[in-house]
Amino acid sequence: MKLAYWMYAGPAHIGTLRVASSFRNVHAIMHAPLGDDYFNVMRSMLERERDFTPVTASVVDRHVLSRGSRDKVVSNISRKGEEQRPDLIVLTPTCTSSILQEDLQNFVDRASLSSQADVILADVNHYRVNELQASDKTLDQIVRYYVEKARKEGLFKRSLTAIPSANIIGILTLGFHNQHDCRELKRLFRELGILINLIIPEGEFLKNIKNLPRAWFNAVPYREIGLMSATFLEKEYGMPYLSLAPIGISNTADFITQVEKLLNLWARVILGKSFQFALYIENQTKFVSQAAWFSKSIDCQNLAGKEAVVFGDATHAASITKILAGEMGIHVSCSGTYCKHDVERFNEQVQGLCDEVLITENHTKVGDTIARIEPSAIFGTQMERHIGKRIDIPCGVISSPVHIQNFPPGYRPFLGYEGTNQISDLIYNSFNLGMEDHLLDVFGGHDTKGISTKSLSKNEEGIILWVPEAESESRRIPGFVRGKIKRNTEIFAKQNNILEITVDVMYAAKERLNR
Amino acid sequence: MKTAGMSFECETGNYHTFCPISCVAWLYQKIEDSFFLVVGTKTCGYFLQNALGVTIFAEPRYAMAELEEGDISAQLNDQKELEKICLQIKNNRSPSVIVWIGTCTTEIVKMDLEGIAPKVEKQIGIPIVVARANGLDYAFTQGEDTVLAAMVHRCPEYDSLIEEEKSQQSEIHTNSKNKSTSHQLVLFGSLPSNVASELNLELKRQSISVSGWLPSQKYNELPKLGYKVYVCGVNPFLSRTATTLMRRRKCQLIGAPFPIGPDGHMLGLRKFVRFLIKTNGLKERENQLWKNVEDYTRIINGKSIFFMGDNLLEISLARFLIRCGMIVYEIGIPYMDRRYQAAELLLLQSTCKEMNSPLPRIVEKPDNYGQVQRIQELKPHLAITGMAHANPLEARDIDTKWSVEFTFAQIHGFSNVRAILELVTRPLRRSKGNLNLVFPSLSKQTKI
Repeated sequence: MKLAYWMYAGPAHIGTLRVASSFRNVHAIMHAPLGDDYFNVMRSMLERERDFTPVTASVVDRHVLSRGSRDKVVSNISRKGEEQRPDLIVLTPTCTSSILQEDLQNFVDRASLSSQADVILADVNHYRVNELQASDKTLDQIVRYYVEKARKEGLFKRSLTAIPSANIIGILTLGFHNQHDCRELKRLFRELGILINLIIPEGEFLKNIKNLPRAWFNAVPYREIGLMSATFLEKEYGMPYLSLAPIGISNTADFITQVEKLLNLWARVILGKSFQFALYIENQTKFVSQAAWFSKSIDCQNLAGKEAVVFGDATHAASITKILAGEMGIHVSCSGTYCKHDVERFNEQVQGLCDEVLITENHTKVGDTIARIEPSAIFGTQMERHIGKRIDIPCGVISSPVHIQNFPPGYRPFLGYEGTNQISDLIYNSFNLGMEDHLLDVFGGHDTKGISTKSLSKNEEGIILWVPEAESESRRIPGFVRGKIKRNTEIFAKQNNILEITVDVMYAAKERLNR
Repeated sequence: MKTAGMSFECETGNYHTFCPISCVAWLYQKIEDSFFLVVGTKTCGYFLQNALGVTIFAEPRYAMAELEEGDISAQLNDQKELEKICLQIKNNRSPSVIVWIGTCTTEIVKMDLEGIAPKVEKQIGIPIVVARANGLDYAFTQGEDTVLAAMVHRCPEYDSLIEEEKSQQSEIHTNSKNKSTSHQLVLFGSLPSNVASELNLELKRQSISVSGWLPSQKYNELPKLGYKVYVCGVNPFLSRTATTLMRRRKCQLIGAPFPIGPDGHMLGLRKFVRFLIKTNGLKERENQLWKNVEDYTRIINGKSIFFMGDNLLEISLARFLIRCGMIVYEIGIPYMDRRYQAAELLLLQSTCKEMNSPLPRIVEKPDNYGQVQRIQELKPHLAITGMAHANPLEARDIDTKWSVEFTFAQIHGFSNVRAILELVTRPLRRSKGNLNLVFPSLSKQTKI
């Protein structure tokens, strides 16, 4: 058991449901108690979804507990099959059904005899995997199922498309800016002369999955979701894949260069020519994206050397770290992720770009780290945004967990060249607002705040008293350094066994530090 | 009580509602010195952090004891684990009471929370109340019911002999002539403190003094209970609490309509007439209130409404809205305790008669899929529904009101009548402009 207030990644079944409800005409049935269908609320509210979320529950109640589900699940599956005629029904286990240990596979087998729809059991263990891993796994499962099915029926298409084409794998509902990213990625490919073969799972029909191997390569923009399917397709059908997120100028350039390489594997044979994207990259970087110019401009000069903390999922945190440190000259004091299952790769990517790496699922640890570092800006999730609010540090949200604000009706991709513009805005606005705030402080603006400790967890050791004069003196220090000076003074006091901080002690501490 | 002529249907129970553990959201705020510990899995935690939105960032006095694989397979000792966590809570927050919320998982693995609690209580020196608010047995607001039922056992004993002696002494002392205050009345149901004090005041005007509330603002101020104590519920979902009060603490239950809407509130007050001297101009007061909200009732008069059902407030709200002139097509409700809600049902019946409105069908454990079909057919002016269906229905040109708001808004007593109507009329008042005429439906699907 562990005491927990907040979690970064949701439970496994959320991942399965996100994949299932992203495909077109797929229905998910959860084997769950009443109230576990909160997914529907999230989808309807956060995504502002206009249509009914194709997820229902086969309710586990007291009767099921005492006698087992018996025919309940099977009849629920066939009922849904008749009512809504989905192509596929995904039976989704939850934490509850994991421990009930009912033979769900048996229900699936029985139901598929009578049901018009295909029926599968999502193969995810609630206690072993989280939302992201589960979505990866479920996507893989569905892809395998339909590729296999097509092969058995002899409908399988393996010939490559005449024009170079790509699959985009891993765009799903409730993903962080996924819809916008998908559009930007499509645009990027179109400009490179690459056809989009399939985008899965978002909006795709299952019957088209058999066409997956017709693409020249697969693109997996987010490492968290789609990697399993991509490796499966590579192993079985020799399809190369790209698991690099084109977030930021240099990542996007890398991405396109790798696309060029992958295309040229076949292009010479099929088209009798090869692709050169160097000019395209240069053109886009110089003129379409404002980010490169922005990082040279005076505005960005002001940001140089400022401290930032980055935290989020592995893809976004690593990319943003790279942008901050590599492209804008910002000092990344700490970069971290909650994707514990992808640590090696994360470490590799942020190596040399930040002072420390933080791998944790515990938000208080992240909060304490931020409080200790006191960066000028945070780039994190909704949680970090609130930590920032509490300790007065601006925060740009760069990764899920999502909130309704992360589903803007306006066009806000993180990927590609338009993405670089959006990210520049985000970064610049975060810092700039902070600066304005401090200017107000320096010129004695509306400052009514007393000195307060910024640490999130309680200071266990002896409490040091500030005499009123010292306290009022400390208020004259500009806000953006006040916390730090206060902390240093207290450390100095502690070292010298001083229990009461007077104005003298303050200046003594300052002197010591300046030395 | 007779509820003849009223038809109750029961469907599949395939409906959307909040998990009952959501009650921690308002109970931790109500009981100021409490800490709620939900013993469950990531699923419960995910629900709480998303459903309760921003409160999670405000250092709430609730948390998860998240069960891991070792807990499920009994490799870890439940008692030791819980003790460790409660000690942590004690050190960080020092609450006066820790409430353990049992969940589906603790039910299934048969974790003996009730058995462990006294031991841990002794160990850490903080009272521990156990409530099993799980989705296997209960829906949404019933969570509060389980918590309050568990708290009933912690209320101090009211000994009528001793208390009467005391009051006699004080009467002699103050030489008071007022003898009607010897009745003990305890109201149960968690209401925001200002609403509670308003109800207190309202009753005081009728010279009834409320001797206590369950729950109280502080855990240490729980009301005294016992034989000769009258109890009355303020919410329709408190049937377990009512039963526990009657059976275990021998209290006398006053069955009354719930103080939602002026009609319900008035009748509730009248019920107390049994042990009160006179009614002081209640009828005039009610009429005045109806007059005050005429601008709102005019909007909804003659309009139809459909309750999909998810929080058990449905009967009272429907009754009130019928009195406002609305036509109710269907009252979906998760669970219907016909005994506890008897007075409310009777009032519903008589209201329908009085307003010359047909009796609505009451659907227990509704099936949301079927309900959506019926909504499509009936095309009500307004559907009261959960958030899972609200946006899709709006896209199909059905006006909706999110039902959860009725749970969190202040809707009790005379002064909040306007608040209920404010909620109900908002979607109807909202002008959708010309767009709505050109594009009545914005759904992407051709069928539902």
